[in-house]
Amino acid sequence: MTDVTVAKEDAAPVGDLVVLKDVNKHFGALHVLQDIDLTIARGEVVVVIGPSGSGKSTLCRTINRLETIDSGSITIDGKPLPDEGKELARLRADVGMVFQSFNLFAHKTILENVTLGQVKVRKADKKVAEEKARALLDRVGVGAQADKYPAQLSGGQQQRVAIARALAMEPKVMLFDEPTSALDPEMINEVLEVMQQLARDGMTMIVVTHEMGFARSAANRVVFMADGRIVEEAAPEQFFSNPRSDRAKDFLSKILHH
Amino acid sequence: MFDFLEGYDLLGAFWATVQLTVYSAIGSLIWGTLLAGMRVGPVPLMRTFGTAYVNFVRNIPLTVIILFSSLGLNQTLGVKLGGGEDFDTINFRLAVLGLIVYTSAFVCEALRSGINTVPLGQAEAARALGLNFGQVLQLIVLPQAFRAAVNPLANVLIALTKNTTVAAVIGVAEASLLMNEMIENEAQLVLIGAVFAFGFVCLTLPTGVLMGLLGKKVAVKR
Ligand SMILES: Nc1ncnc2c1ncn2[C@@H]1O[C@H](COP(=O)(O)OP(=O)(O)O)[C@@H](O)[C@H]1O
Ligand SMILES: [Mg+2]
Repeated sequence: MTDVTVAKEDAAPVGDLVVLKDVNKHFGALHVLQDIDLTIARGEVVVVIGPSGSGKSTLCRTINRLETIDSGSITIDGKPLPDEGKELARLRADVGMVFQSFNLFAHKTILENVTLGQVKVRKADKKVAEEKARALLDRVGVGAQADKYPAQLSGGQQQRVAIARALAMEPKVMLFDEPTSALDPEMINEVLEVMQQLARDGMTMIVVTHEMGFARSAANRVVFMADGRIVEEAAPEQFFSNPRSDRAKDFLSKILHH
Repeated sequence: MFDFLEGYDLLGAFWATVQLTVYSAIGSLIWGTLLAGMRVGPVPLMRTFGTAYVNFVRNIPLTVIILFSSLGLNQTLGVKLGGGEDFDTINFRLAVLGLIVYTSAFVCEALRSGINTVPLGQAEAARALGLNFGQVLQLIVLPQAFRAAVNPLANVLIALTKNTTVAAVIGVAEASLLMNEMIENEAQLVLIGAVFAFGFVCLTLPTGVLMGLLGKKVAVKR
């Protein structure tokens, strides 16, 4: 696990932020997560890659407990995931999540989407929350759309709003589950650029994506999953040019040849 | 031609119908919303209760429910709902109670159909922000569910308006009770029927039109 010691120049990992130990999860008879051990250091960017159905989404969702686990442990910043109630809500606020399908609140304006969590969870003052929301929307390049509704924005714009919505909570770590898979090709880059900037700013990120360009330029590490297991972990260059496992070779040849 | 109407308090009777409708509508909206919350909530016991309630109540004739509130609650158990010794008040309140018990099952289902229009991902995103179940329901799911449910709820409201006539079986002096009385005493049966039919259309038609407009206005764009 720790034989991969790639340090991105500007990242300053001090200690482990997310630690999964021996995590197992079943959906009925299906063993979706099998003995998962994964440690993510503060400031680290990890790309999770693997065939469809290998458990990548489930892995992400267990980290903020949208899915429960059957055995093993998950700790965030040294604290185990709480079971329910206030503690869990606080933890979820600390873990930002960006979904494939954006999931913006359709009946709220873009600005309201970004202030809601601050006001209702962080109990921030409404004025302060709005100022912060506008700053974040500017940062992801959709400041001009603040008063529109999600359906009025393009997919790329919606996904950038979703990133701003998660950032508004000042999370310790951000999870991205295939953030560009639902986008038209011409919108993929505008989202990846925002994520790249975020990585440069030192955000700890777990990103499920097949965008190799992003993995190469922004990730410290690539984690390859297949059939519920972590099959291989390596630095991006090493993984893409010289994968060790047959599963990874097979997978890469498929995504490279279409 | 309409001489036969003289001596009858037609407006008063329809006013009672309106009151029955309004009180029952408010009560059913509240109780029906709670039931819908139970049916989509995470607590298994509440889910079971909500489901059982709806399936049970939907399959009992309203007449039986209203009669039960009168015979069972009032005459057997002595429930008066704060009406004192005034039978008119007690019966009115019992009728409202029966109508709420019945109509809330349909409100619940109308809302649930509305809830089903809200993509699951939005509730998930709200949970991921750290909102608790109550907040997710109150801030994200129900506002969109109500908007999508305006049209089915309009149908429930129209059905409720007509269903208030069942209150006549326990002697509440609403429109249909007066109609029965007039049919017994007057000769113009067809005209009497037409007058009451017209009265109900006056109540329900605007409801349908207004709620249809409202439904369009508040619809959530996806
Ligand atoms: N809620 C669920 N109930 C049952 N099976 C599920 C559920 N979610 C995912 N699965 C199954 O678990 C496996 C892993 O799914 P997922 O984590 O979404 O994989 P990936 O994101 O890598 O495509 C798949 O076979 C999927 O069908
Ligand atoms: Mg997935």
